[in-house]
Amino acid sequence: MTNDPRPYAREYKGGQPPYLHSDYGSTVKRAPKRGQIRLEHTLSEVTGPTFTSGWAGPEMADLTRQHSGEPIGERIIVAGRVLDEDGRPVAGTLLEMWQANSAGRYIHPRDQHPAPLDPNFTGAGQVLTNERGEWRFLTIKPGAYPWRNTHNAWRAQHLHFSVFGPGFVTRIVTQMYFPGDPLLAFDPIYHSIADGAARERLISAYDPGLSEAEFALGYRFDIVLRGRLATPTES
Amino acid sequence: MKLIPTASQTVGPFFHFGLERPAWADLTGGGKAIGDRIRIEGQVRDGDGAPVQDALLEIWQANAAGKYDHPEDEQEKPVDPGFRGFGRCATDAQGRYAFTTVRPGRVPGRGNTLQAPHVNMTIFARGLLKHLVTRVYFADRSAANESDPVLATIDDPVARRTLLASAGATEGGVTTYRFDIILQGDGETVFFEA
Ligand SMILES: [Fe+2]
Repeated sequence: MTNDPRPYAREYKGGQPPYLHSDYGSTVKRAPKRGQIRLEHTLSEVTGPTFTSGWAGPEMADLTRQHSGEPIGERIIVAGRVLDEDGRPVAGTLLEMWQANSAGRYIHPRDQHPAPLDPNFTGAGQVLTNERGEWRFLTIKPGAYPWRNTHNAWRAQHLHFSVFGPGFVTRIVTQMYFPGDPLLAFDPIYHSIADGAARERLISAYDPGLSEAEFALGYRFDIVLRGRLATPTES
Repeated sequence: MKLIPTASQTVGPFFHFGLERPAWADLTGGGKAIGDRIRIEGQVRDGDGAPVQDALLEIWQANAAGKYDHPEDEQEKPVDPGFRGFGRCATDAQGRYAFTTVRPGRVPGRGNTLQAPHVNMTIFARGLLKHLVTRVYFADRSAANESDPVLATIDDPVARRTLLASAGATEGGVTTYRFDIILQGDGETVFFEA
């Protein structure tokens, strides 16, 4: 009888993107070629950084009020929960979000897209989930932007999200998309996920109940982290 | 009923203004942490040997006593209030990174084993649709490495050596360890399906 930690569930086929996805050109020289070694979960994998209020800096849930004036664009409320595969809320975890402005331009110095920067918009926020796993940002809908993956390629409109969860192996960085975006059909990053249901999980849902009258449109986006196996298993 | 887990997507090239927090590259909080201070530095390179200038590395490790600052670590060892064990560092234009931290103590492995001192590492980058996971071990801890249950799962000794950070100069009591990350090809780093 050992005190081995209860492992986290493994990914299912097609539920995560592969490393090599040649339609996304940057993967070609960066995808490892050797097979990965399966790591049975130890204390090192089931533990991970915990965040308390203020540790990552002040919460910045309102991206429309980080400057002296209001940013240009369509105001949106993006809200959801962080859950595990069993539907249990993940409380007190750090969510970081970053995005392009409404013209499709990042404040990043390497972004050379000739669309205007907005002096009233940075595009970065961070929040901790509450005890019900809930989080919420007020921001501006990001514009689509071109990228040089192929000729005349455009990224679907998206928000970037970084989430920790309870352990080292629950860490995830992902992107949230918008329903009905015609660019999704052509976006190789989105289509790197083979499983259709897993792809659709990345598309937020328009939620009239989340919208605020005369103010902002609401989109709901739940983030589901790896769950825990019910009982310890031996390899 | 199980929910479908959220799939990963690349961090992209423009994450710095959202994720970079330079203070997080020093896990000692400016020297407040207990233990031997060390520096872990290296370069991230792609399949052409070119530096990867848009990678983000995160590390997670036990404190000097071999205790993780996390509720699931129930070992009777002290938590160090000056050491959280988490770090983050983006690579620079030459693909280089550096963390200042303390030498981790040993933590238990599965089945009543003991793991060699190691640092758990996550690699995000443009072109990585899903992050990579690896471990930094210390080449000068060969006895512990010999009996490490995770290193033992890597059959190829050449591949195993990619996880050993080599000790360099010691200055002001801080030993620098070199740990390069080769994403692809010759000398490719061992990555784990974690
Ligand atoms: Fe983006």
